[in-house]
Amino acid sequence: MNVAFFFEVLIGGLLAGVMYSLVALGFVLIYKASGVFNFAQGAMVFFAALTFVSLVERGVNFWLALLVTLAVMVVLGMSIERVVLRPLVNQPPITLFMATIGLTFVLEGLSQLLWGSQPHGLDLGIKDVPMEWLANSTGMFISQFDLFASGIAAVLVATLALFFQYTRIGRALRAVADDHQAAQAVGIPLKHIWAIVWAVAGFVALVAGLMWGARNGVQFALTFIALKALPVLILGGFESVLGAIVGGLIIGATEKLAEVYIGPMVGGGIESWFAYVIALLFLLARPQGLFGEKIIDRV
Amino acid sequence: MLYREAGQFKATYAADQQIFPIRQDRIAIAALLLVAFVAVPLLANQYWLSAILTPFLIFALAALGLNILTGYAGQLSLGTAAFMAVGAFMAYNFVLRMPWLGVIPSFILAGLCAAAVGIVFGLPSLRIKGFYLAVATLACQFFVLWAIQRIGWITNNSPSGVITAQAVEILGYAFDTPAKKYLLTLAIVATMALLAKNLMRSQTGRAFMAVRDMDVAASVIGIPMMKTKLLAFAISSFYCGIAGALYAYTYLGTVEPEAFTLDLSFRILFMIIIGGVGSILGSFLGAGFIILMPIFLSVLFGAVSHATGIEVSHAVLSNLELMIFGGLIIFFLIVEPHGLARLWQIAKEKLRLWPFPH
Repeated sequence: MNVAFFFEVLIGGLLAGVMYSLVALGFVLIYKASGVFNFAQGAMVFFAALTFVSLVERGVNFWLALLVTLAVMVVLGMSIERVVLRPLVNQPPITLFMATIGLTFVLEGLSQLLWGSQPHGLDLGIKDVPMEWLANSTGMFISQFDLFASGIAAVLVATLALFFQYTRIGRALRAVADDHQAAQAVGIPLKHIWAIVWAVAGFVALVAGLMWGARNGVQFALTFIALKALPVLILGGFESVLGAIVGGLIIGATEKLAEVYIGPMVGGGIESWFAYVIALLFLLARPQGLFGEKIIDRV
Repeated sequence: MLYREAGQFKATYAADQQIFPIRQDRIAIAALLLVAFVAVPLLANQYWLSAILTPFLIFALAALGLNILTGYAGQLSLGTAAFMAVGAFMAYNFVLRMPWLGVIPSFILAGLCAAAVGIVFGLPSLRIKGFYLAVATLACQFFVLWAIQRIGWITNNSPSGVITAQAVEILGYAFDTPAKKYLLTLAIVATMALLAKNLMRSQTGRAFMAVRDMDVAASVIGIPMMKTKLLAFAISSFYCGIAGALYAYTYLGTVEPEAFTLDLSFRILFMIIIGGVGSILGSFLGAGFIILMPIFLSVLFGAVSHATGIEVSHAVLSNLELMIFGGLIIFFLIVEPHGLARLWQIAKEKLRLWPFPH
């Protein structure tokens, strides 16, 4: 076994894992604050990327397009909360989950209705090429785009962490995540908080959409990355931002390693389910994921 | 006035425990079966039989299977399509490799294979619950499809994974026309629905519901958790497996693994949510709704574009359909979260009082 090659695969996997984490973050935010398992996160990512790329292609300035898309995503997130989820408050989680699947269809239809269904390329100015100096010195081919993406993810997580830790709204968000009733009792307006969480989820979807869109092109397949993020979620725990990051890294690394070292033995194409099997085996040992809240049963 | 059980006295326990204790219900069911078995094959045309009624029955069976697991035993599953795929492809193999077995025993064996797969992927349910379990069943969805595409034996080394179902022949009688296929499907579905209805009234069904309502409490009162949960997975997968076999044999005729994607799982989940979770009738109502709605929408769009003279491109139409489909699901969940079966129940309550208010 070639050590440099092993590390190349490992690092490539870790960096790909960061991309999964970006999507998983959106899920975690909403699940933590409102207990909704938002299946539409993938569709939101697609919607954000498609809106952005269509604006840019129509000659809108890059930063202006970014700002407009951000505004659209915030409005979208808030209206989802208002129109879909508020009437469903206090319904069982499966009902909420089904509503978000319905929402997925609406968003997929809407984005293609508005912007058409042809795939687009998205150029953020960072080339998806291996870094030469690293290739020359160690023989490892690591894409500079992957490194850039993980940098963005790090900035995003740091921003979110600061936001949650030090702002008034952030503290309110954490209170709501901890205990809805107690939060309401001390006078935190639940409805506003949920609207804000959905807006933030829209923002995270935009970042993930830009990264994934630049990577794979903006096309319908982008909606399926939600499925990539799910094993990350169950591995890391639905309630933990840290879990989303660590879970993403673990899934990304093991998936790439398995693809290279186990894949050829069974005929390849294992990436569609391997992450799920890892997550599943892990759950057998720890049913609430790595950093999830411990499930306590009371009769 | 007509729908009232006044004057119908029960003198024996058997009479008290029958499936339909009200005489009017019995008459209605008998009439419904008579229409389905006799009138429909005589009156419906080929299109209705082969493109709407047969798939309706098959999806209703799959929805019934999922309802046993999700609605009665409370275990959320997103792997329904995978269980159907196991049923379809194993039925193909049994008919292909053991032709002396006959079609119906092959279907049953295929259903048992699906049940075995269901038990394997139901094992995590002993440790995990809720959404963690739902995501875990996705593993089944992806793994089964991958296995079918990779393992040549399952598809008899068909290069693209496409199989063509053999002709259906039972005791020398060929089921070759849409009407005959419809009748075969109807007979199987009706029998299995009756079995499910009775099973859910039995000790097993009550154990499922106890586990659904609160599993810790259920185990405290002595319901074996492992046996009950795995049995729920097995029975549910058996139903889905049979539905998958019918899907291949009486509906499509030619199936590929891609027919059983996650989308199909979601569609079946929608059926039980819209029809009613934890209701046999709901599975049928939901399946009817989900099958008919796209047809209704396209007819509606056709009429609108004809009336207004606006030509709308096909892409726009399909996107609009997608949006309306999603929107209607959300609307339904908001307006009637307990599904169509609940509406039916409310209507029945009202009918019993009508025309007097109390």
